[in-house]
Parts: sequence; C-alpha cells; structure tokens
Amino acid sequence: MTRAALLVLADGRFPAGGYAHSGGMEAAVTSRDVYDAATLEAFCRGRLHTAGLTAAGLAAAAAAGHDPLALDEAADARTPMPALRQVARRLGRQMLRAARATWPSPGLDLLARVRPQGAHQPVVLGAAARSAGLTPLDAAQCAAYESVGGPATAAVRLLGLDPLEATALLARLTGELDEVARTAAAAAGRVPAEGVGALPAASAPLLDVIAERHAARTVRLFAS
Amino acid sequence: MHLDHPATPLSLPHRHTHSADALRPDGSRRALRVGLGGPVGSGKTATVAALCRTLRDRLSIAVVTNDIYTREDAEFLRREAVLPPERIAAVETGACPHTAIRDDISANLEAVEQLEEALHPLDLILVESGGDNLTATFSRGLVDTQVFVIDVASGDDIPRKGGPGITTADLLVINKTDLAPHVGADLGTMAADAEKQRGPLPVAFTSLATTDGIAPVADWLGECLASWRAGAAA
Amino acid sequence: MNATAPLTTTTPPGHGARADASAADPADAGPTACEHVPEACGNSAGSAQPPGVHASARIRAGHNGRTTTVPLLHSDGPFHLRRLRPRGDRARVSVIGAMSAPLGGDRLTLDVTAENHARLEVGTAAATIALRGPTTAPATYDVRLTVGEHASLNWLPQPLISTRGSTLHQTCAVDLAPSARLLLREEQQLGRTAEPPGLLSTRLTVRCDGRPLLDQHTLYGEPANAWDGPAVLGPHRAAGQLLVVHPRLDPGLPPLLIEDDPTAGHAVLAPLADVPALLITAIAPTSARLRRLLDTGLAHVLAATA
Repeated sequence: MTRAALLVLADGRFPAGGYAHSGGMEAAVTSRDVYDAATLEAFCRGRLHTAGLTAAGLAAAAAAGHDPLALDEAADARTPMPALRQVARRLGRQMLRAARATWPSPGLDLLARVRPQGAHQPVVLGAAARSAGLTPLDAAQCAAYESVGGPATAAVRLLGLDPLEATALLARLTGELDEVARTAAAAAGRVPAEGVGALPAASAPLLDVIAERHAARTVRLFAS
Repeated sequence: MHLDHPATPLSLPHRHTHSADALRPDGSRRALRVGLGGPVGSGKTATVAALCRTLRDRLSIAVVTNDIYTREDAEFLRREAVLPPERIAAVETGACPHTAIRDDISANLEAVEQLEEALHPLDLILVESGGDNLTATFSRGLVDTQVFVIDVASGDDIPRKGGPGITTADLLVINKTDLAPHVGADLGTMAADAEKQRGPLPVAFTSLATTDGIAPVADWLGECLASWRAGAAA
Repeated sequence: MNATAPLTTTTPPGHGARADASAADPADAGPTACEHVPEACGNSAGSAQPPGVHASARIRAGHNGRTTTVPLLHSDGPFHLRRLRPRGDRARVSVIGAMSAPLGGDRLTLDVTAENHARLEVGTAAATIALRGPTTAPATYDVRLTVGEHASLNWLPQPLISTRGSTLHQTCAVDLAPSARLLLREEQQLGRTAEPPGLLSTRLTVRCDGRPLLDQHTLYGEPANAWDGPAVLGPHRAAGQLLVVHPRLDPGLPPLLIEDDPTAGHAVLAPLADVPALLITAIAPTSARLRRLLDTGLAHVLAATA
C-alpha cells in the first residue's frame, strides 16, 4: 500500500485501453463545437462536472468496498446512451485485465467472474484502487482526472493544439478536480445509509447526443 | 523468392494469464497469434488477404485489423470475402497504431480472445497493425510471432536503415519484387543489407501479383504452426 | 400552448394574491387552501425558516374493478387540482397554478399515485415558472410518481421555466411496479425570451421494482460550471426528456438520432439497459423546437409499439 500506486493507476500509460477513446472530443471537434483552447477548456470543465463527477462517485464507492453489482446497476441508470454503456463496459474489461495483473486480489477476481462482459469502467477503477490499497478519495481523483485528461490529449492529436497549452489547461482545472473528487468521495460515504441514490448522477445532454452520433460514424480515429 | 533460413523455433516463455497464455482456460491449446506490421502501403492487407486465400481451406483462421482512421482494412477484407465477416474484427487505435500493438495491447487482446471464444477451435489469428513507421513492433504479450512487411518501391535502402521492425521481426517480408526493375531497386543489395541487420532471422521476397506469390510466407507460417503445435504436445 | 407565456393563473374565487397566501394566518389563504391546512407555512414570526410557501398536493387513482377512479385529490398552495373528462378508460387530472410558484424559499411537493390497474394522466395547465421571489433562497419542487402493478401513468407537465435570479431544485422520483407503464415528459426552458436563466437543478430518478432504471441530474444556469459549453448545452436553451416504459417495447431497438437540422436541436431515442424502456433525450434553442423533437421521437416509439 503506497501513495505512488495512485500515480501508476492514474498514468495515461496504464495499459487499460484509454488511449483509443476521446471522451466525446472527436465528435465535438468534428461538429466544430471544439476548435481552440478556449472551447477545449469549456468542454473539459463541462465533462468534469458531469460525467467526471458521476464516474468519480461510482469509483469512490467501489473503492470503499460497496457491492460492485449494485454500483454497476447504478452506473447503467446513469448512462442512458447505449453507445456509452458499451464503451464503459469495454473499458471496464480492459481495466480489469490490467488491474488483475498489477494488483491481484480476490475482489477483482470476483468482479471478473460475476461480470464476464465487463462492469462499468469507474466501478472497476474503484475496485482496482481498493486492491492497490488506495482510498475512495484517491479513486475519485483518478476518475475525475481521467474525465478531462483523455479529451485534452485527444484534442492535441485532433486539432494539432499546442500540447503545452493543453497541459496548462489541465493544471488550471486541478482545483475544480479536487473539489469534484471531494464531493464524490463524500457522496460515496453516504451510500451505506442512503443507498446508491446518494451518488452523483450529473449528466450532460450534449455528451449523450454526440456519443451516439460518433458511434454511428464509420470514419473515425477514436472509438468514442 | 527464397526463404533464407528455417523458421526459428518459437520460444515459449512463461506467460501470465492476463495476456497471451498458451493454454485456454479449458486446458486446450489456443490459436497461434501472428502479428503483421510495416509501413503504410507496403502491402500488409494484401499479404493478409493472400494468406487467408491460401490457407483458409486447410486452417481455421481469423483476422484482427488495426485501422488508423477508418475501418477500411476490415471492410476490404470483408468485401474481398477472404474470410466470412464474423472472422474479421476491427480495433480502433485513437491515432496511435503502435500503442495498440505494443504499449497497451488490451483492445487487441480483447478482440483476439473474443474471436477465439466465438470461433473455437481456431488454428491461426492474424493481427494486422495499422500502417506505422519502422519502429513499430508487436508486444510479445499479444502475438507469438511477428512478420514485418516492407516493399521494394519505398527504396532499396530500407533494410539498411534498420529499426526494430526490420531487425527483430521473426520474418521480414520484402514485397512487390515485381516492381524492382521499374523503381531501380536492387534485390541483391536488399537481401545483403537485411542479413546484415537480422543475422540468422529469415527474409522472404514476395510478389503478390504472381500466382502463389505468397507461398514463401505461407510456408513459413506452416512451419511456425507445426512448431507451436509441437510445443502443445510437449 | 405557448410555453414562453407567463404563468396563467386561473385563480379560483377567494384566492388572493401571493402576498395573502404567504401571510402569517393560513386562514387568509382562501377556501381552497383552507380545505387542507398546509403542513408548514413559512413567514411565521420568530421562525428561522425563510419565507416561502410550503405545500404538498396529492393525487391518488385506483381501479374499482370496472374503471379508474380518483378518490383523492388534495389541492394545496399553488397546486389547484381539477378533474378533467376521462379519455377512454384513462382518468385525467390537471394541475392548475393557483399562485405564482415556485418562488425563492418555497417547498412544494406533488405526490401522484396510480394504484394497481389504474390508468391516469396528469398534466399542468400552464408552464411552471421559477421566479426569484422575495429572497434568493432556493425553492424546491419535488414530484413523486408511484405506479402500481398493471397500472399506467402519463405525467405530461408543461415546461419548467427558469427565470433570471431564481434558484430551483426540482426532483422527480418515479417508483414503478414491475408491470407498470409510464409515459413521462419533462422539459426545461432556460430563461424566457432573451433572458438569462437562474440556477436550475433537476434530478430524475426512476426505479422499477426498487432497482434504479434511470438517474439523471442536470444543473443549468450561473453559477453552474460550463453549463453552456460544448459538453453540456452549448447554445441550446431548452432541454427535455421523454421516457416510455412499456412491456411491448423492444430493448434491442437500435438508437435513433433525430437531428435533420442541427440549428433546430438534437434528439436521441435509445433503449435503457436491460428493460423495456425507451428514452428520448433532446436539446433545442427553444421550447417549441424541443417539443417538436420530442413529438417526433414519440411518433417513432408509438410506431415501434404498434
């Protein structure tokens, strides 16, 4: 159990398939809704406080050891778009493979057995964090960071944006990221008393719409 | 059209179950996984198509493609009907084709395992990389053996330039030999440079425009498969 | 109706202006409110409670073996409930705004139950307009819908409009029995014409047999984060959802995008996970265009269930 485990888990090079997903960025770039650093920042902030917060809550609750099946069901209810459910489960399978190799535990083995088609990625991320000896807040932080790190990297590749500018943007968001993680972890702490309904369910209509639009395209760089 | 050296026997290191374990969960031996990499336009997809046509009557084959921007390679293979559509899977690589076959192989492993599950028993799975540069190689966690495809039209100095693909691939294929006279490529120089770079590792010269032009690669694959199965029997 | 029109209050006789309704003596609120004294009425002297109306209205429909009856119709505060002529075997109730609400500090609850086998439709006569009111305190508006076995509920209110300076937390919690049917439409409009909205938080929670089916929380208007950015609403100022839960729906239906004219908004019709339920998610520049998208989506749903 070390703090550095958080760095390993949150590293973009952690081999869990994230590099092939843009978190809606490719669709937003294609529709010209994101085209420069300012629109990228607005996209990332919007995603952080919606999909990011929701993912962070699920990850924190899984890291706290709550029933992963109930959390997986809660994740389904928070993911009304079939394309996003499919992506979440595929990334969940990939994350589970990586996590079982890096931090093997009976909890992860059980999750693989009961959800052979994959659990939602944030639930697996939380279970992986738990296996690595990390806290619910760590897991929330990791999920929140992923929710903006992926789209920002994708924007650099898609728009040829200055990577220094994109990284500076992520640095500017770190305060909000901490706040989102704290909110998520606090909500996860209320699950034993209030059930999974206590977890954030923040949603963003445009992210939902563009996810289905992207899934319907045959010419694309990123899987989502 | 020569195969310089016999196929190198496949080493079978201990594999962790999270990637390329040689045995399926039920204890049976899984399909041989072969990676095909190489620069854009060197003829990877044509090589895969030719291999499928030559081997599909004898072997149960599936293909995973790693397209860069479209699902074109998978579409091409389906359109050409080299295999039934359910035997072809496409993986998206988010503008990083080398990542998908080397640094984070999870999506390709998924695709390979799903094909293996759906089409059991399979003899051979061909994993075609997205067109990349000379440094792209497959992770040993994803494939058992790998082929690097270059072509004479891109310049006969490519073998001399080396790079991990050229120096370490289990088989180097130098494709489009029929074009050599037209582009002024010297096959002799290419063979000599390749040997300098690769030592005893084999090189195959192919021209897919000729009948059975894929034979050197198909034969090499046949030997790999025999050695893979011998490992299973051992 | 024109959703951008101000709330038309068909004030019943004896119903005073808002100032009366929130006066210290609840008896002054008029005969309708007096039928059921509100559980709590703000503004009482010495109370730490912020001023505001606390009202809880209830509708209960049952089935007597032959037809649907509505034995309980409990009007309260701004909710004046009126029976409408049934449509076929479906009882209908309209919620009529009896005063301007919700305003800052209001605590409003509307409870609707369709008991086993009952068929009920509830709508509102006019748009619900969230206004700032005398304080900047948030208002809450909680809708609870309960649908029993083989019962069917249509919840089709007019849009909820968030106006400048208002803060409203709206929730809609739906509890469905396994064989229950539901048609639910919720629309939010952010600001009246050319007006910046207040802060509008909405949470829609649908449970079937106790298990979560749909859970969505939206937060629009300042100071919500990037709510008008390219991940959330972009340039659109109307958002809505239409949910259909019906055993004849095919959960394997492929998602359908409705966005022939991107400037007129976007909608997606898609099945929820593992249940016979379809959700239409729509955003548009105006309520009128939003309604058109939801209607188009609904036509597809009806075609799929025919």
